[in-house]
Amino acid sequence: MQKILVGIKRVVDYNVRVRVKPDGSGVATEGVKMSVNPFDEIALEEALRIRERGEATEVVAVSIGPDDAQQQLRTALAMGADRAILVKTDQPIEPLTAARLMLEIVKKEQPDLVIVGKQAIDDDSAQTGPMLAALWDKAQATFCSKVEIKGNTLVILREVDAGLETIEVDLPAVISADLRLNEPRYVKLPDIMKAKKKPLDVIEIASLGVDTALGLKPVLTEAPKPRAKGVMVKDVGELVDALKKKGLV
Amino acid sequence: MSKILVIAEHDGEKLAQATARSVTCAAQIPGGEITVVVFAADPAAVATQAAALKGVSRVITVAAPHNGQALAAILAPQVVKLAAGYTHVFGASTTFGKDLMPRVAALLGVPQISDCMAVEGAHKFKRPTYAGNALVTLEAPSDRIVVATVRTASFDAAATGGAASVEAVTVEVALPSHTRFVSVQAAKSDRPELTSAAKVVSGGRALASKDNFQLIFSLAEKMGAAVGASRAAVDAGYAANELQVGQTGKIIAPDLYVAVGISGAIQHLTGIKDAKTIVAINKDAEAPIFEVADFGLVGDLFEVLPKLEAALAG
Repeated sequence: MQKILVGIKRVVDYNVRVRVKPDGSGVATEGVKMSVNPFDEIALEEALRIRERGEATEVVAVSIGPDDAQQQLRTALAMGADRAILVKTDQPIEPLTAARLMLEIVKKEQPDLVIVGKQAIDDDSAQTGPMLAALWDKAQATFCSKVEIKGNTLVILREVDAGLETIEVDLPAVISADLRLNEPRYVKLPDIMKAKKKPLDVIEIASLGVDTALGLKPVLTEAPKPRAKGVMVKDVGELVDALKKKGLV
Repeated sequence: MSKILVIAEHDGEKLAQATARSVTCAAQIPGGEITVVVFAADPAAVATQAAALKGVSRVITVAAPHNGQALAAILAPQVVKLAAGYTHVFGASTTFGKDLMPRVAALLGVPQISDCMAVEGAHKFKRPTYAGNALVTLEAPSDRIVVATVRTASFDAAATGGAASVEAVTVEVALPSHTRFVSVQAAKSDRPELTSAAKVVSGGRALASKDNFQLIFSLAEKMGAAVGASRAAVDAGYAANELQVGQTGKIIAPDLYVAVGISGAIQHLTGIKDAKTIVAINKDAEAPIFEVADFGLVGDLFEVLPKLEAALAG
């Protein structure tokens, strides 16, 4: 295979406890640490391993987001992506729009494989991968925990509710990375220096000719109601009594 | 009037409880009429179960050899063809629904509402974001079909006792050959299923080995509970992937959840916050799991679990 495209989303870091804005207009993201979506790191790692095994020649990282998303693309380049593309926008982009924009990039780049994370940890939508596969009219494999390349076919192990499912998909295809697909590498300092010289193209979103208006209008963002405060029990006897009282054991 | 198409999830014999929960969500749409569609090689048994769900007015079956396994690429074009005439298409937010529904939505050219947790109108829905730390109410365009996945932990299963009509249909549509089912390795067990169990016992990293994790299975057996695990326990290989509870695993709402040796990262808590009663057993008194626990016990799980089992046996 020649080229692998990897989706990289800039998200609020995994360790940040987000706060809902008091006016209900969204969550406060100003001054908050931003990172590459962890599932996208796994997606990229898989692409890099495929290339390092000699089964692909080029890995291209693609992001859709604000100018600052260049930071996340530089991280992707430092991990080992050959080049990067940023579709620049300051507007919120919903998954269907992201898939349509990715399709435009796919048409230009003609990859054999697209790898994305199974979900982004900000909106938790888990839609962009399968939506892109649908629009591209190609095969999809979501929640991948193992990917094996056999000529023009991928043999995929998927993490499904029942256990583990094996399917075969013909290339080109879109696959989404689950947690246990691999463990992404750490970026080393010399790689960060090298990444600064790698090509990063910034494309204005308008140039792709996709309608980017939100289909779903956010009306209100609110914090969940906290659970009522519980009690500490001193030993097993007290715990069992409490559960018996509630009829739970 | 709203016409809602609910995609049945099943293993060829049994309708998933996730579908009964999706029907409850669909029934909250004002003035809605619910149709359940069963794709299968032989849909008879599943169709009978779907027809018995209260609130369902019609079941349609699409029997075909290629529907013997649930492949999104095969099912999506059929769902799209059937969707004409409906105002809503719902599937459960399970790995089945998360695989299929976005493909359906994209082919229909509409955005999808993932993990619907509350219906606030025919086109207004609430869903969790940021691992459940921010709830967003979204309004979908009223002139387009609505595609949504249902957060099953937010809805009870629809009661049985209904008697909907069952009707076989054929769907003429070109299907791709690029995707093929090979096999599924399903963990066979007599224990209750994790997402529908009334009681769940979950183990975390503190179990420290796959052998020790047997303590969780043993307690679960004594309690008639399903077994769950934290991501840390699954990543470490102590428990199978399908047992993972949390943001990126299963979202559950049992009557009783017992968290053993689980610290309680927000990503885990989002998977259990709808549990009616949460018990936490952890040796770290500062563990965040105690912030959400109804009953907390600070102690070494290797001392607590044998005592707990003995107390439950007595």
